[in-house]
Amino acid sequence: MKKKKSILFVWKGLWKGLVITLKHFMSPKRRVSKGIQDEGYFHQREGSSTLRYPADQLPVPEVGRYQLAIEMNDCIVCDLCAKICPVNCIDIEAIKATEDIGKTSDGTTKRLHAAKFDIDMGKCMFCGLCTVVCPTECLVMTNEYDRSFTDPKELNYVFAEMSVEEAAQKRAAAAAADLAKKAAKEAALNKPSEMKGAQQ
Amino acid sequence: MAFYFISVVLLGFIAVYALMAVWAERKVSAWIQDRVGPVVTGKYGLLQTFADIFKMLQKEDITPTVADKKLFLTAPILVFTAVFMGFATIPFSPQYISSSINIGLFYLLAIVSIEVLGILMAGWASNNKYALLGSIRSIAQIISYEIPAALAILSVVMLFQTLNLQEMCIQQGVLSKQSLYFFGFWDVTKVGGIFAWTIFQAPHLLIAFVIYFIASLAECNRTPFDIPEAESELVAGFHVEYTGFKFGALFLAEYAMMFLVSMIAAILFLGGWNTPLPNIASVSLADYTTGTYWGIVWILLKALALVLLQIWIRWTFPRYRMDQLMTLCWKVLIPLSFAMVLFSGIWKLFILN
Repeated sequence: MKKKKSILFVWKGLWKGLVITLKHFMSPKRRVSKGIQDEGYFHQREGSSTLRYPADQLPVPEVGRYQLAIEMNDCIVCDLCAKICPVNCIDIEAIKATEDIGKTSDGTTKRLHAAKFDIDMGKCMFCGLCTVVCPTECLVMTNEYDRSFTDPKELNYVFAEMSVEEAAQKRAAAAAADLAKKAAKEAALNKPSEMKGAQQ
Repeated sequence: MAFYFISVVLLGFIAVYALMAVWAERKVSAWIQDRVGPVVTGKYGLLQTFADIFKMLQKEDITPTVADKKLFLTAPILVFTAVFMGFATIPFSPQYISSSINIGLFYLLAIVSIEVLGILMAGWASNNKYALLGSIRSIAQIISYEIPAALAILSVVMLFQTLNLQEMCIQQGVLSKQSLYFFGFWDVTKVGGIFAWTIFQAPHLLIAFVIYFIASLAECNRTPFDIPEAESELVAGFHVEYTGFKFGALFLAEYAMMFLVSMIAAILFLGGWNTPLPNIASVSLADYTTGTYWGIVWILLKALALVLLQIWIRWTFPRYRMDQLMTLCWKVLIPLSFAMVLFSGIWKLFILN
């Protein structure tokens, strides 16, 4: 036989429930945009939990690891990032320079032109491996996470600053330099004794 | 001419009220659940339900191929008409009542029962298991709960000796020609205000009000008695096959029904269009705040407060199981309401004489 509860018990229970919902009903309606680094982030137990996104945004840490960005002046077009990328979202086309084209901010000499440096953010899985292998630390993850487009093609970020004509010109120059070098090499092969003599 | 005018005004009012009630329901539920509810459409999202209804009116009106076409079309119209007709005998102020007939309350009870027919038609015509189950549950529930509701109403009727809703309102305030007693000992005929309301005229009427309120929740299929529409069990109950305008009509009827039962509760138990402010010595607040426009304000405030209470209850309590629902009705509320009728008789015969 179940123990009978008094009618008072029932009404008390109902009242308790109503008070709880009323408390939530009265609680503040706008969520304060508090980031993880702010004081009391884990103590927001009262009030609305909805973030009205485009109007309110959560502050993200400065060192956030979201979208990739590259400083092209520091890039030596070594292709390491494209090689390590597990999803092949980085597409690089390098052109050999005829002479050294400058130095990066850490003193490495640049010998390659970047005709194409595309990162497809639609493919990117944000693993960050490319930023680890980058020898000049020019490829970094930024705290920018909110970039949306109507056309998915726009998700392919283009970083190379070279125009098509310029690239063609550079390519021709590289080919010419290559040819000249080849010719010089063949000439040297044809006169091995001279070479040998010169070396000696 | 005035007849048509009043009916058009009422229809407009009910349509706007229903849309705002849906908005209020969404807003209250959101706030209770720590969300924000509609905020984008209009200030505070006020135009959200208007946008929704425009979308609904533009939708394709689909009738299932296996449905009973005539019944399927008639059901929502019948449901809404039944609820709308209920407003005919509701007094809005000492002057405004569409039809002051001496069987007003009896008519209301009859009209409310017609809604059951509409729901059965909707469920049957849809030719859908869920719809049929929902409508059967709904009928079992509404017919059962009409008994405690009617008995609670009867205990009030015995006290006032009338079925005319306008006269009932008059007997709860300063305009009364009979003498009124607060709990049977204090003559409040000249004081009026909250002390003259039905629930304070006799102690047992407070319980009768609670019984009526619980039964009215069940009659308009609201939580905790929403088993006809139980989303987790029956998809949407009897209106699962309805789309577009027909669904809109059913939805409108549901909210209009909430308002109608709240209006009846306000008139029978909470003083109708009478003011809650009493006359205090020479400051006759009750006399000042009784009149045509005040009457409309008071009765709407009371009814809307009850609607809000219904919404609050909906988002607080879980749903009853079918057998628990029937147990509550037949084993608790009906005996209790019979006792209320008995008390009313004793009160009228021995205390008020």
